[in-house]
Formats: sequence, structure tokens, C-alpha cells
Amino acid sequence: MTQTIRLFSPFEIAWHWSQALLILSLLLTAFELHGTYALLGYDLAATVHVTGAIALMVVWVFAIFWHVATGEWRQYVPTTNRVYAVIRFYTRGIFRGEPHPFRPSRGRKHNPLQLFAYLIFNALISPAIWITGLIYLSLNLFGDVLPIPLGPVATVHIAAAYATAVFLIGHVYMITTGETVFQHLKAMLTGYAAVETEPH
Amino acid sequence: MDQAVPQFNITNMKCQRTAGTTVVLVHLVALVCFAAATPVSADGEGDSGNRESISTADHSTFDTLQRDFESGPDVTRACLTCHTEAGHQVRQSIHWTWDYRHPDTGQQLGKRHVLNSFCTNLRTNQPRCTSCHTGYGWNDASFDFSDDSRVDCLVCHDTTGTYDKAPRQAGRVLKNETTIHGDSLTPPDLGAVARNIGQPDIATCGSCHFNGGGGDGSKHGDLDSSLIDAPYSLDVHMSPQGGDMTCQDCHVSTGHQLAGGRYDMTARDREGTGKPGKRRRAATCESCHGVDVHDDGSYVARTLNQHNDRVACQTCHIPEIARGGVQTKIWWDWSKAGRLAEDGSSIHEKNASGRTSYWTRWGEIEWREDYVPSYAWFDGNVRYTRPTDEIDPESVVPINRLTGSADNPDARVWPFKVMRGKQPYDSARKRLVLMHLFGKDDTAYWKNLDWAPAIQAAMDEKGLPFSGEIGFVETRMYWPITHMVAPAEQAVSCEACHSRDSRLVGLTDFYMPGRDAPAWLDRIGALALLATLLGVLGHAALRIFFHYRRARQ
Repeated sequence: MTQTIRLFSPFEIAWHWSQALLILSLLLTAFELHGTYALLGYDLAATVHVTGAIALMVVWVFAIFWHVATGEWRQYVPTTNRVYAVIRFYTRGIFRGEPHPFRPSRGRKHNPLQLFAYLIFNALISPAIWITGLIYLSLNLFGDVLPIPLGPVATVHIAAAYATAVFLIGHVYMITTGETVFQHLKAMLTGYAAVETEPH
Repeated sequence: MDQAVPQFNITNMKCQRTAGTTVVLVHLVALVCFAAATPVSADGEGDSGNRESISTADHSTFDTLQRDFESGPDVTRACLTCHTEAGHQVRQSIHWTWDYRHPDTGQQLGKRHVLNSFCTNLRTNQPRCTSCHTGYGWNDASFDFSDDSRVDCLVCHDTTGTYDKAPRQAGRVLKNETTIHGDSLTPPDLGAVARNIGQPDIATCGSCHFNGGGGDGSKHGDLDSSLIDAPYSLDVHMSPQGGDMTCQDCHVSTGHQLAGGRYDMTARDREGTGKPGKRRRAATCESCHGVDVHDDGSYVARTLNQHNDRVACQTCHIPEIARGGVQTKIWWDWSKAGRLAEDGSSIHEKNASGRTSYWTRWGEIEWREDYVPSYAWFDGNVRYTRPTDEIDPESVVPINRLTGSADNPDARVWPFKVMRGKQPYDSARKRLVLMHLFGKDDTAYWKNLDWAPAIQAAMDEKGLPFSGEIGFVETRMYWPITHMVAPAEQAVSCEACHSRDSRLVGLTDFYMPGRDAPAWLDRIGALALLATLLGVLGHAALRIFFHYRRARQ
């Protein structure tokens, strides 16, 4: 039986899309600052990058508060439960038209493989980029407050940026793997998703 | 010889100003006349010389000056009857002493001592070199530096433009009418000059400072005659359309001691403007503009202010040097000097811009204009290689060394003109040598084209040993760049440095974003992105393939 439920709250929708927009603009300007291409001009790129980073920090402060206050942080507790079934689905079942072994619900929105990806992003990539980014920012804004050589900081920052781009490609692709290509996107835009309330 | 080889004349100071026009005859150096035979003229509308005088005294009314004067010192004695301390003041200045003891390095510097990579040395070449001395008659070591009447007041304070000095006579006033390369020089009416004295203008200072090193713009790269009535795009400070400033607006004079100078520079000024009424003796950008000058409140402005602890203002605000249409020397190869034509006459060749590219007396010269300067860390200290210092002839010998590095908080990245060339050295003793170029005696190189006696004579005069073995060694000399500040919108862009082909490519002792990421990181990153992209595209292709196969079944 299929039932349409509110999977994502308005806050989550706003959080997700503002974060998406900011991460995209950060990545776009990041690689201009890195010298990969010229687009906005270095000074505008730097301005957008730093402004975007500060805005993203604000978004994150709200998001962390929201997750703690609502208890939604539990959504991100990783699990190995049925992870092999999910892996098997993406490597085989999806080509055979099999249904997804994981059914999202209000209490468990993300499948175990997804959780694993988010865990890597939240626990590794994100801290790496924020810690190095804040050091970078402090150097620019307040001078040599921290006696840290810029080279290693920048190297970690750039590596994390590449990892974010890799994450983004995978993430965007995974959006298309619902029952229809735009099913997940629609859910993330409207907050509503048709979910199976009983197993097949 | 004199018929065959044109006379080498270092100075023939001549500035002519009429009501609205300043005409500077840029043949101060005779070589200029070879190089750029046409005098440079410039309209002086709004030129500082046309400013209403703010002086409280009208010298044309002074009784002491209502007469004819026999000689320069005669005028000076008249000046000193009122300006009782002026002689003493000038005699303390580097314009007079040509002598400077560096307070940090202890090196004895000043034109009297240093060896450069142009005509290399003052000693034994005095009457030529010292035509730019602010005095009368420094012919040789016997010159009396304690004689106030030897001070030349008029060379800086003439406003008539008629004060012609003899080009090869140690700064003496011209006595007889003469012609220098088509331009006639007339002995000045010293009384008229004395009754019309005033403050120097750009052309006044430029009559020496624009012409050092053998012609207009030769030496510095940021000082040449194009700064007289400069367009705004060339120099925002000196241009009549800009600040309309004179040299001494920055090189503030206190008792004839001028602020600034390249022997001991303030490479990083932390003090800024200082308190009101203070900080007069400073020629740094910050002494007027303050240390946090970018003030539109933007992130970029804040970041640029943040840069000023590491990057000199000049580095961004002087995007290119020799921008005024006057070329500057970048290469002088003395080893090529002495070549004569088949008929025994001297050879004189010019480049497309009319500057001397080869001259028998000089050797080979290269000129350049409108180019990006070199950059180096600089804490303000310069050490010179003296003729007593051992050199390594296998490498390019630094005529002067800048101190500074990324981890030196007093150092900033500064722009420089790098002068390169080859000059003689004592190949047995491994020392740079002095050379006796100018003169009619039988050792002067420009008369005899023979290095050994020319070097021997100069070394003897200075009391230095010389083995007699001569080689030519490649040298390099740094000239700090600080003039020709462009309008802000022409400042160097961020990516001119923050990019793979950075202007600062030679400064490798620090990490710079946009320039320095390790190559392996980009390789791994690109590989990871490519693998991910191929992975998802392959996955998508399989999905599509199986989807249609199922649909067909």
C-alpha cells in the first residue's frame, strides 16, 4: 500500500537547498581561486567564496541547533542493518527493475548506504574543509594569528574540495535512482513522498 | 679621436620654462642625444612651477642681489648673507657628501664609494660625474667639502630655466657659449637667476635624476623625462591631472635633508601617517595614505589591507615600468666595447627607438620599456659588492644584494628593475674593478680604448691592488621601483600573482593560493572526479540499457 507522507519538513527543505546552492557556489569559486579556470575574476570569486562560506556556517549553526532540538540527529546514526541488501540493489537489482529494499519513513529517511556516505561527508570531508577554511579565513581577516604554515592547510582544504565534488557527483546521480528519475528530487522539493507502508 | 668619437657629456643642466611651457632639453647626458636625439618637450599647464609662490620673500627686491655675479660661488656667498645656515645644511646632505654610512650594515655607501653596473665608479671620472654634484668644482680628491661657497644653490633653486652648467667641468657654471649636439648653451645671467629663485620642480630634480647612467631613463626604470607633465595614467602623483605634486612633496625636505633614498629604505612602514603635525620626514606611501588605505569596506578591500604586511604598495600599483615612452637600460656589456670600424672610426648603432645599442666607448646596450618589473622580498637593506669583496666569477655577480625573505616580518615583496650586464674584473684576484673612463689623459678608456691602463689608473687612485689580469663577469643590480604609480583601476589584478603563471614565480619560500598547490593533489583530484563521473555515467547507461531490454521483453 502506498501512502503519501511528509518526509521532509519545510526547515529541512530550506536547509538542504540553501546548503546545495552555497556548496555549488563555493565549489565553483573554489576552483577559480585554485587556478583551474577563470570565470568571475579572482577578486569577485574570493568575495563570493568567503561570503558563501560564512553564510554556510550560519546555515550550519541553524541546522545543528535544529537537529539537536528536534532529535533528528538520530537520522544520521549509521547502521549496517541491511546495508548489503542496499549494495546488492545498486549493483544488481536496479538493473532488473527490482524494488528498493529500503523504505524511507519519518523515523528513518536515509538508507544505510546513504548514511554511510553522509557519515564520510559529515565526519571527514566537512570537518576537514571547515577547520582548514577557518584557518584560511583567520589568516586573511586577522593576520598571522595562528602560527600554522599555509601550505599543509591549503593542501587539506583543496583535497577536501575535490572530495566534496566527488560526493556531489555521486549525490546528484543517486537522486535519479528512485522509482522514477525525478521521484527523489520531487520529494526534496515538496517534502512529500509516496512511500510503501507495507513490504512487497 | 675626439673627431671620431663623439664627446661623452654627462650633464648639461638646462631647464627652460616659459609662461605655460616647460621645455627640458634632455641632453643632460650627451649620450641621450645619441640615443634620443630630439629634445623632449612638454606642456606645463598646471605644472607645479606655475603655482603662485607662497614665499614670504620676493628675492627680486633684495639689495644684495641687485648686481652682476662673476661666478657661482659669488652667488652662493650672497645667498649665505641671509641664509646663514644653508651652506652648512646642504653640506650635511647626501646631495653634497655623496657619502652614506649604512646604519645597519655598516657599509660605506654613496656615489663616492659604491660600484655600480653602469659607468661603475666616480673615482677618476669626477669632472664628468660631478657635473651632477650640487657644488662647484669637484675635480678630484682635493675638493674642499667644507667650503660653503662651493655649494651650488642655483642648480636646485633656479626657476628661469636659463641656468646652464658646463657639461664636463665638475659642475662649474658655463662661461662661454657652446653647442652640445645641436643645442646651444648660453652662459647664464647669474644675477637674473639669483633674483628669480624658488622651489625646485620635477624638471629641476630630473635634470640629474632622470639622466643618470647614460641618458634619459637609463638607470632607474621609474624615473625619466616622461614624468615632466606626466599623463595621469603614468603617474597619479606627479601628473598635473592628478596630484600635481613635486618631488619634495614626498621627499620632504627638512633643513635641506630630503626624506627617502635607496641606500636605506623603509620597506615596511608600520607607522602610517602618525599624529597630526608629526611624521614629516618620511617618503613612504603610508606616511600620507596610512597603513589601511583600501577603505570601501568590501572583503577585497579588507584583504588588500591585509596584504600590506607582505606586499609593498608599489608591487600592485606600479603594474609596469618605463611606461612613459622612454626606454631604460636593461643590459650593458662592457666586454664588447672597443670595436672600431674598418677605417678606425668608432661604431655607433641605435635600436628602433633611437637609443644606443652599440657604441665603441660603451659596448653593447639593451633597452626596454613598458615591462613587468622583477619582484623580490626586501626589508629595506641593501648590501653592495665592493671592489674589496671577493666575487665568484662563475656565477652572476650581484652588484647589490637585497635582504629579506618570507619569514622576515620587516620584508615585503617589492618591485625592482634588474640591470644586467658584463663588466671588467680582476680575474686573478677575483675582485670587481674600478675604471677610468673620462678624461683626455693617456689612461682614460674613452680616449685610448685600452682597459689595462684605464683600470690600473682607477685602482691606483683608490689605492686598491690590481693584478693586471682582466676578465669580464656578468653582473646583476637591483633598482627599487617606487615612482610611476598608476591609477587605482590599473593596479595589478589578484590573478596576476595568484595563478600558475604568477608574477611572483621566482619567490618560492612561501605558499600562495592559486599558484602553489602540489601537482599530485590535482592529479589525484582530477582522477577521482573522472572516475566518479565515469562510474555514474556507466551505471546510468546500464540502467537505461536494461530498462529498454525489459521493456522489449
